[in-house]
This record gives sequence, structure tokens and C-alpha cells, in this order.
Amino acid sequence: MTQKSERHMFDDPKNVRRVIHILYGLCALSLLGDVLVHRHVEHPWEGLFGFYCIYGFGACVLLVLVAKEMRKVLMRGEDYYDD
Amino acid sequence: MTSLAPFLVFYLGALGVALTHGLARRALMLVIPLAGALNLYGLSDGVMWQTDLLDYQLTVVRVDQLSLIFGYLFHLATFIGIIFSLHVRDSVQHVSGLLYAGSALGAVFAGDLLTLFIFWELLAITSVFLVLARRTERAYASAMRYLIFQVGSGVILLTGVIMYANETGGIAFNYIGLGGLSSWLIFLAFGIKCGFPLLHTWLTDAYPEASETGTVFLSAFTTKVAVYALARAFPGTELLVYIGATMTMFPIFYAVIENDLRRVLAYSLINQIGFMVTGIGLGTALALNGAISHAFNDVIFKGLLFMSMGAVLYRTGKINGSELGGLYKSMPWTAGFCMVGAASISAFPLFSGFVSKSMVMVAALEEGHPVVWLALLFASAGVFHHAGIKIPYFAFYAHDSGLRPKEAPMNMLIAMGLAAAICVFNGTYPWLLYSMLPWPVDYAPYTIDHVLTQCQLLFFSALAFYALNIWGLYPPELRSVNIDSDWSYRKGLPALARWAMTFGGAARRGVLVRLQRRLERFLKEIYRHHGPQGVLARTWPTGSMAFWTTVLLGVYLIAYLFVTG
Repeated sequence: MTQKSERHMFDDPKNVRRVIHILYGLCALSLLGDVLVHRHVEHPWEGLFGFYCIYGFGACVLLVLVAKEMRKVLMRGEDYYDD
Repeated sequence: MTSLAPFLVFYLGALGVALTHGLARRALMLVIPLAGALNLYGLSDGVMWQTDLLDYQLTVVRVDQLSLIFGYLFHLATFIGIIFSLHVRDSVQHVSGLLYAGSALGAVFAGDLLTLFIFWELLAITSVFLVLARRTERAYASAMRYLIFQVGSGVILLTGVIMYANETGGIAFNYIGLGGLSSWLIFLAFGIKCGFPLLHTWLTDAYPEASETGTVFLSAFTTKVAVYALARAFPGTELLVYIGATMTMFPIFYAVIENDLRRVLAYSLINQIGFMVTGIGLGTALALNGAISHAFNDVIFKGLLFMSMGAVLYRTGKINGSELGGLYKSMPWTAGFCMVGAASISAFPLFSGFVSKSMVMVAALEEGHPVVWLALLFASAGVFHHAGIKIPYFAFYAHDSGLRPKEAPMNMLIAMGLAAAICVFNGTYPWLLYSMLPWPVDYAPYTIDHVLTQCQLLFFSALAFYALNIWGLYPPELRSVNIDSDWSYRKGLPALARWAMTFGGAARRGVLVRLQRRLERFLKEIYRHHGPQGVLARTWPTGSMAFWTTVLLGVYLIAYLFVTG
């Protein structure tokens, strides 16, 4: 591999932090939306304040934690099927 | 204007591609889907190529709104796939790719179940070469398992069709609905190709083993033909709602812990088909429109994601998340296109998934399935997590792998760019897509509620990804294999066979000894009669024969005298 000396966008931790801050901002803004917008809801659960925020966050955390537990049962060596 | 059957354009084209090479071949390959689309445009609604076979009527081509949208979609997918594979110097892949696409067209335009069966099997046979084309031992084994599943699905379909013809007296390919055994068999056959839970392993097994370009073709056709078939024959079948919801859920867990990034996409392919299957099960105009428009969008964005990973594999020879990272530095265009695909599959506003997936979700609530709706919402967050973030993150960002491959070849970039443009176009201007749907669309995707809630769901999913990484809870990419239901036939059955061999060995020996003894006795008996000393081996003098003949004639004479006297 050729070692290039030029620096790329995310080599600078400042840029990574910038992305994270934008994400924080977007999250806060979308949550604020729940205050400003009176949403029409099809189902009572939907109407709860910040329902989609909490559900999205919770779903992903649960997904990853469960998947990690699944690994204990399901994971095998890379050549498990090859022999 | 006389039109050809849509599949014929591709079959003839494949023949032409087999006979040409170099620039002429490449030009021909590009012209085929365009000529096919023009031909399709000239077809009018209705049936053609009807012929009687015994007591049944075959309808080789039936054109209506439902078959037409899949027809156009398959032409578009072929065109993009051909551009993407233009650099490949492998006749087998080009010819089989075109035959495969042609077979998919044959299947969606089939007006009767027998024609459907023929193309159903042709889909299997033509596509397996795209897996074999990788030319590795692993791909070969995978291709054989793939073929068994696919051909098996066809055999079940044929059995179902024969029984169905007996029951109903016709083989027209229309609404069937779950009823007798025949309909269940047809349903099962569709289900195998559709990747129903536990029947899905052929997909996650073979698609990641195919060639870089082959997977792009594979991801477009087989499963979408199955979705079409379900939409045609089993709309409103409630069982499909639950099957579909399961399909959206379980693959995302596998996708999170899978290392091979093309296998991650294969799992997420099942997840997306789950939304379509749910929509078909709900069966309302909104849900079916959602299912079909999502099938359209999925072919393009999933193709785009497979193309971007194909480009990575082509340039680096690696596809495991554990070995990649930091590729945005030298493959920025591929990274960018990949992120358009990721945004589309995650249903970000302005990208294609946003305008189609939500139709199915709204329909689920309208039809009184709040739990299914919650499952779909969970899957929506999950798909963003594993396909939207994980794929681009581990390939192009994450830790720097030190790899600095060249940017993807120009033809690959053009193909990805075209797919990305369609993703954005359908996301920002969905009305052209909506106008092609079989039912009138009374749905507005861009309401403030929808945009807001979808943004909330996705932003907070991204936040969860970041938080889990910070907390050190995110599972690292590991070189590994995760066992799935294919364990049953890849490990379970062989183990059972070995056990049977050892356990049955003694019994087998006992039986053999007894059989041998009996055989020996039997041979001895034969020898006694037929051997040199045997009664049947003696020679008889001619005289005795003359004597017995005389006796016989004498008896005959006496009998004659008695009878006539």
C-alpha cells in the first residue's frame, strides 16, 4: 500500500466532533418538533411525546444488545463449514 | 406494430452476445434492455401468444398494470447491471445474466401457471452461473445448495399446479388464495423464492458468494418475481402479514453481527422483502401499492448498495468489515453513491424508500395491526442501523485499514450514479412511480407529520449507534460465521448421516451375513438342479422324443374319435 501523506477529512478529530455535534443538533431539533407540531396520529401510542425518538433509540440499543447475546450461541470460526 | 414477447428480446440478445465479442458485444449488451423497453412500450394491455395444450390454455404473455411495472423495472435493473458489468471479460456471466433477466420477464408476463413454472425453473438454471462465475470452491458448493432450493421450489410449484388444474379445471395465473393442498404447495413454492423465514438460507448463502457483478443481477430478479407472484395470487392473505413482519425482524439481528458486508446486504434484502410481503398480506389498495412501489425502489437502492460493495470487493479483494475501513479516502465517489443507497433504504426524506415503505406501515395501522406496525417500525430503525450506517461506516470510514485502492472503474461509477439518481428522483418526485402503480394512489408522502416522525426515528437511531460505540457496547466486526437455519442441512444432516453409519454399521454387517448365507443356499439349490449332475442338465436321446411324440399323437387321435363319434 502506498502511504499517502495528505490528510483526509476525518483524519482531523475536529471534523469528527463536528459531525457528532450536527447529529446532536438534529436530534434536539427533531425532538423540538414534537412540541411545535401537533401531529395527527393513527394510534394512541404514536401520540406520546417523543414516541419516535424513544422508540428509534430504544430499538437500536435493544437490537445491538440482543444481537451480541446471539453471537454467544451462533458464532463459529470462519471455516466452520469448510471442513 | 408487431411486438415480441418481452423475454424473447433478451433471449435473442443473449444469443447475439454469445456470438460477438469486444466492442460489438458491449454495444449490443447496452442496446438489448433499451430495445426491450421500447418493445414493451409497444405492447398493449391484454394477452398474446395463446395456445391450447391438451385441455388447457397457455397464455405466454399477459400485459396489465401489475405485470407492466415489474416489466419496466426489470429492464431498468438489467440496463444498470449491464453498465456495471461492462468491464467483465466473461461470456458466461454476460450470457447467463441476460438469460436470467429474460426469464424474470417471462415469469412476470406469464398468464398461466404452466408458463410460470417453466420460467420459474429457467430463473434457477440461468442464475446459478452467476454464483459459479466466482470460480471458488466455496462458491461452487454454495451454488449447488442454491440450485437444490431453487429447482426444489419449481418441483413443488409444478406439483401444486397439476393438482390445482385438476381441482379447478384451469391453469390461469390469477388470484388463488389459500385453500386446498394445491394452493398451499403453490404458496410454499413462492415462499421459497421469496425467502420466507427458515426457507431463506439459499439467499444469504449464495448471494454473497457470487461474482461482484453477479450479485447485482441476483438481487434484482428472483425475489421480486416471487413478490410479484404473491401479489398476483395471494393478495389479502392474512398469514402473509405475520410472515412479512417476521421477515422484517429476524434478519436485522443477523445483519448486526455479520462480518461479510455483502451478506449483511443479503440479510437486509430479506428485511426489505418483509415489508412487501406484509403489504401483500394486508391486501388493501394502499398496502399493495406500497408493496409494489417498494419492490421497485428496493431493486434500485439494493442494487446500488450491492454495486458499491461489489466495487469495493473488485478493487480490494476484500469484503469483510473487519478488513476494510477508511476507503473514502481513495474511493470517494463509491462512498458517496453508497451513502445515497444507504439513505434510500433507510427511508430518509427525499430518498426513494421514504415514499414507498411508509404506505405499508400506514396500511398496517389502518387495518388494525398495531403490533405488526411496531415490528415494522422496529425494523425501520434496525435497517438504518445495519444497512444505513454499518455498511458505509465499516467499509468507508471506521478505523483506517490502510488500504488505498483506486476509485471504481468508470462503468461502475456510471451505473452507481444512474441508480443513485433514480433513488433521489423517486424520492423527490414520486408521482411518476405512483402513476405506474396498479391502483390509484391516494397517498401523500410529504406531510409534516411523516417527515418529522421519520427524522426523529432515524436521528435517534444514529444517536444510538454513536452512543453504543462510545459506551463500548457495539459488537466489533469479527472474522466469523453465524449459524442460521442452513445449519440443519450443512451440519445437522451430515452429522445424522455419520451417526447412522456408525450406529447402523453393526446392524448392517449382521444383515449382510444373513443375506450372504441365504444367497449361498439358493445358489446351492440351483446347482443341484442345473449343475453337471442336476436332473435338468441331463441329455435326452432322440428316441425318447420320438416315443413321446407318438404317444401324444395317439392320445390326440383317440380324443378326436371320441369327440366326433
